[in-house]
Amino acid sequence: MYLVVEQLLNGLQFGLLLFLLAAGLTLVFGIMDFVNLAHGSLYMMGAYFAATFVAWTGSFVLGALMALGATLLLGIVLEYVALRHLYGRGHLDQVLATFGLILFFNDAVRLIWGPAGLALPLPAWLTVPVQIIPGVYYPAYRLMIIAVALAVAAMLYLVVMRTRVGMLIRAGASNREMIGALGINIKLLFTLVFGLGAALAGLAGLMQAPILTVQIGMGENILILAFVIIVIGGIGSIRGAFMAAIFVGIIDTMGRAFLPDLLRKVLSGAAASTAAPALSSMLIYLLMAIILVLRPEGLFPAAKR
Amino acid sequence: MKKAFWLAGAMALALAQPATAADSVKIGFVSTFSGPTAVIGNDMRNSFELALDHLGRKIDGKPVEVIYEDDQQKPDVGKQKTEKLVQSDKVDFIVGYIWSNVLLASLKTAVDSKTFLISANAGPSQLAGELCSPYVFSTSWQNDQTPAAMGLYMNQKGVKSVFLIGPNYAAGKDMLAGVKSTFKGEVVGEEYTVWPSQLDFSAELTKARNSKAESIFVFYPGAAGVQFLNQYAQAGIKAQIPLYTAFTVDELSLPLQKDNAIGIPGAQEWVNDLPNAENKKFVEDYRKKYPGLRPTYYGAQAYDAAQLINSAVVAVNGDLTKKDAMKAEMEKANFKSLRGPFKYGNNHIPIQNFYLQDVVKDADGQLSLKTVATIVKDDQDKFHDKCSMK
Repeated sequence: MYLVVEQLLNGLQFGLLLFLLAAGLTLVFGIMDFVNLAHGSLYMMGAYFAATFVAWTGSFVLGALMALGATLLLGIVLEYVALRHLYGRGHLDQVLATFGLILFFNDAVRLIWGPAGLALPLPAWLTVPVQIIPGVYYPAYRLMIIAVALAVAAMLYLVVMRTRVGMLIRAGASNREMIGALGINIKLLFTLVFGLGAALAGLAGLMQAPILTVQIGMGENILILAFVIIVIGGIGSIRGAFMAAIFVGIIDTMGRAFLPDLLRKVLSGAAASTAAPALSSMLIYLLMAIILVLRPEGLFPAAKR
Repeated sequence: MKKAFWLAGAMALALAQPATAADSVKIGFVSTFSGPTAVIGNDMRNSFELALDHLGRKIDGKPVEVIYEDDQQKPDVGKQKTEKLVQSDKVDFIVGYIWSNVLLASLKTAVDSKTFLISANAGPSQLAGELCSPYVFSTSWQNDQTPAAMGLYMNQKGVKSVFLIGPNYAAGKDMLAGVKSTFKGEVVGEEYTVWPSQLDFSAELTKARNSKAESIFVFYPGAAGVQFLNQYAQAGIKAQIPLYTAFTVDELSLPLQKDNAIGIPGAQEWVNDLPNAENKKFVEDYRKKYPGLRPTYYGAQAYDAAQLINSAVVAVNGDLTKKDAMKAEMEKANFKSLRGPFKYGNNHIPIQNFYLQDVVKDADGQLSLKTVATIVKDDQDKFHDKCSMK
């Protein structure tokens, strides 16, 4: 029983982390109609910035906040210098250009920080396991990830649904030409949205860094999952990204946790232990395929344009 | 006209090459020099270059030419680079290969052309068994040997049960099979994770804790080892269940693992503090030549590969056409290996000691690896019977 609770928490935590990454991606893709493969590079930059600033300042929280600001700024500069020239182009051009950016960022990181990767150690107060219910311990840092991600989700909801900027963002998602025609500075809005998306990616990167490592190309594997999530959730929908991310996180974790034991009941030990990881990693793609068949527009599609 | 000129130039160059080849020793070096694992390839190159420095950049009085090629950690690229080295560069020796799958893809090219290939790391079971060849030597080990040594150490410690975790690919299975071949206690659970994309091991760690196993064994090379140790420590399992490892803590991962690695034992055939004069000189000169870096077992194996080549060329007085004589000389392992003296088995895989290594703070206050004990002496891989060479 405790095992199930703990694995559910693992899944929730993994899902919420994916949400941070997917939220930025779905904003940029849904509102600006822009395919940004370099989203994973911004995730990587967030982690590198955090590792650098935390080492500089000696404070995890301060360093993380500085890194967040730095990725926001980087996103804005990137949009202003390179990406705004690509809005008029087709998706294929955007894929090519942002793929180029991945190579650019990977080599830039290699030049600046070297090929070996960095460590982002946690402060002592975050490395202790916490007793959540009697007999069940959970890493404090993973609890913090859950809290931060939930806070960000709530904040995003408030910004998008309750503020003027949020209203413009929603309007931009449903009809870009129209809000341009109404005299809204759509260029500025896009720069802001892209900066926000970059900051979210950076946040995901820096939150993930102490669990994983800070290394070149760290954003490339996880970006695939983020794309799966925005497809499942409905492109452009923050709510969809939130629900889909939690779905994917829990399904992935539960699959890895319980599938091998289930398979062992029907297969021989060796065959089961080989097949289980393959099958469990397939589960989320299976989920995506089913959703695409039943609801091609995703679970919570954003308003039609 | 211009084209003809260039063509003529190219032909002149092509004709000129065999002339230089005859009075130099040409070595091809295939390793990973791009991507996240480039740090390993760089360490091997650094150590190989240091070995050449120690040889005075000459082998048997001849200048040495080394051509470094990047396999990008991909079997198909490794094969192409090996073909290029054999067919167009016509090298005398090929050295390197971190990854078992890259080596297996490249092996045939080298063997068919009767070019000597020296694996400075990869040790798939096939290489030790049915695919063994007179032209292939190893300065490392066969994959199963290192984890098998760890299994022996766990027996010595009186460990009663273990939970195994490793990546779901060829080497991962070799490694877990290696522990199981020697560990006498109970294997409570065995988990394979998706490789290389799975980064989060929380589900496996939770299962390991709930299995009530007395110990955990893992094999996670490179960055995955850093991630595993981070998560193992953060989940508080480090204080509850001891961890035993193979190829998870080394000088490249240690600066990232930091204190998380303290007290985590590993098995290895070479440790930086092995007390022989050659090894001391190697470690000192490496740290002098490459400030801020420390040599790893990958590097030590590459260094030994250079020495092995040197012994062969010296034995035939530089006549590189005498392949049988060179092979006979290399089989003697007649050089001062950094790990101390070893012998070759019939399959050209070293019969050697494996040591227990632990993480300690050294004199400079930095974390480093230290030899604690000899786990097993003169260990031979268990596939040598399948090799047709006797």
